Amino acid sequence: MERPEVMSIQSSADVVLVRQAVRQCAVDLKFSLVDQTKLVTAASELARNTLDYGGGGTVTIETVDTGDRRGVRLTFADQGPGIPNLELALKDGYTTGGGLGMGLSGTKRLVNEFDIVSKVGEGTVVTIIKWK
Amino acid sequence: MGSTSKIPEILQHHEAELLSAWLQEITATSNRRGLLKEVELREECREFLSLFREAVRQNSTSTSDIQGIAWQEMRNLLTAISRSRSQKGFSPSETASFVFSFKQPLFEQLQRELAQDGQALVDNIWMATHLLDKLGLFTTEIYQKTREEVIRRQQEELMELSTPVVKLWDGVLALPIIGTLDSARTQVVMESLLQKIVETGSEVAIIDITGVPTVDTLTAQHLLKTITAARLMGADCIISGIRPQIAQTIVYLGVDLANVITKSSLADAFALALQRVGLKIVQRTQP
Repeated sequence: MERPEVMSIQSSADVVLVRQAVRQCAVDLKFSLVDQTKLVTAASELARNTLDYGGGGTVTIETVDTGDRRGVRLTFADQGPGIPNLELALKDGYTTGGGLGMGLSGTKRLVNEFDIVSKVGEGTVVTIIKWK
Repeated sequence: MGSTSKIPEILQHHEAELLSAWLQEITATSNRRGLLKEVELREECREFLSLFREAVRQNSTSTSDIQGIAWQEMRNLLTAISRSRSQKGFSPSETASFVFSFKQPLFEQLQRELAQDGQALVDNIWMATHLLDKLGLFTTEIYQKTREEVIRRQQEELMELSTPVVKLWDGVLALPIIGTLDSARTQVVMESLLQKIVETGSEVAIIDITGVPTVDTLTAQHLLKTITAARLMGADCIISGIRPQIAQTIVYLGVDLANVITKSSLADAFALALQRVGLKIVQRTQP
């Protein structure tokens, strides 16, 4: 598979495709089954956020290699309304959309590196890395 | 366009020639001869010709719009043709070629008729190509719509098929979920489960998620909703088929399934369910 790969997220069917592509990427890097599942679940959460709150966007799937370790980096970007209060959004149980409120905070626990940049009115970019 | 179109006239006078030239063109370019009966094809071509003539005649001044009343019959014919081609396994370009292949015979005929009048020839060819292009594209659109309908129907059928509620024992139901648990799916799952609980008066329902590849917070929320609804109907739910990697992911994700009875395998869940309804499986003693 060619990397980096950019996929569009415009419907819940796309979320399924993103999961499959991320799983394939993790399998290619020989991630353990648990790490595969964690990464795919994190991707699923963020892709759904991009769709539900960001009004659709893109995900970039790429492998990173620092010489001593390898991993997968996922970048979710949308041009949605943005998140006014990031601290609150990252709190367990806080939701504005009727979900469980565990998506962002849970995702943070599932991956090794988590970065979120959001500007109100401009959109949100979430970058995660899962090292092998 | 100064002069009115010569096309209706030419179509009328040379119908037979055009028809046979067109058929020849179709059979020469198509490699799917076996799929279409000669008679059917001839009939379709003949009908197309006469409708085309009528439509152009009625609309001899404004020709750009094939969505008008004059083209209604033509659109119906092309819709029918496109649908049947799509079902027979033709590709979209093969389907559109039916219309496009009419260009050559028609242009040749126009050339013969209007050889002396260059301007009229260009006008007529331009008009014909414009119309035929639109009609050809129309068949492609219909073709695609037909395919989309098929896909949508299959999705619906799949949804129905993939959420069976089975009775394991008196009072014990099982719901094996395979694939992604999205909102639409959950709705179907919940409905069929609740319905079955009423029908059978079951006290225990086992939801088996062995076949669910990813359990994220949305899936978990859908599961919890289904369980809560079942509980309101007086049935307890057991979730089975939680694989080790899913269990770890749920813990990290922070989803609270503490209030839900979970078992790693369907067999364990079934044993527990039997216990709940006061039954026990024992080894048969030798007579």
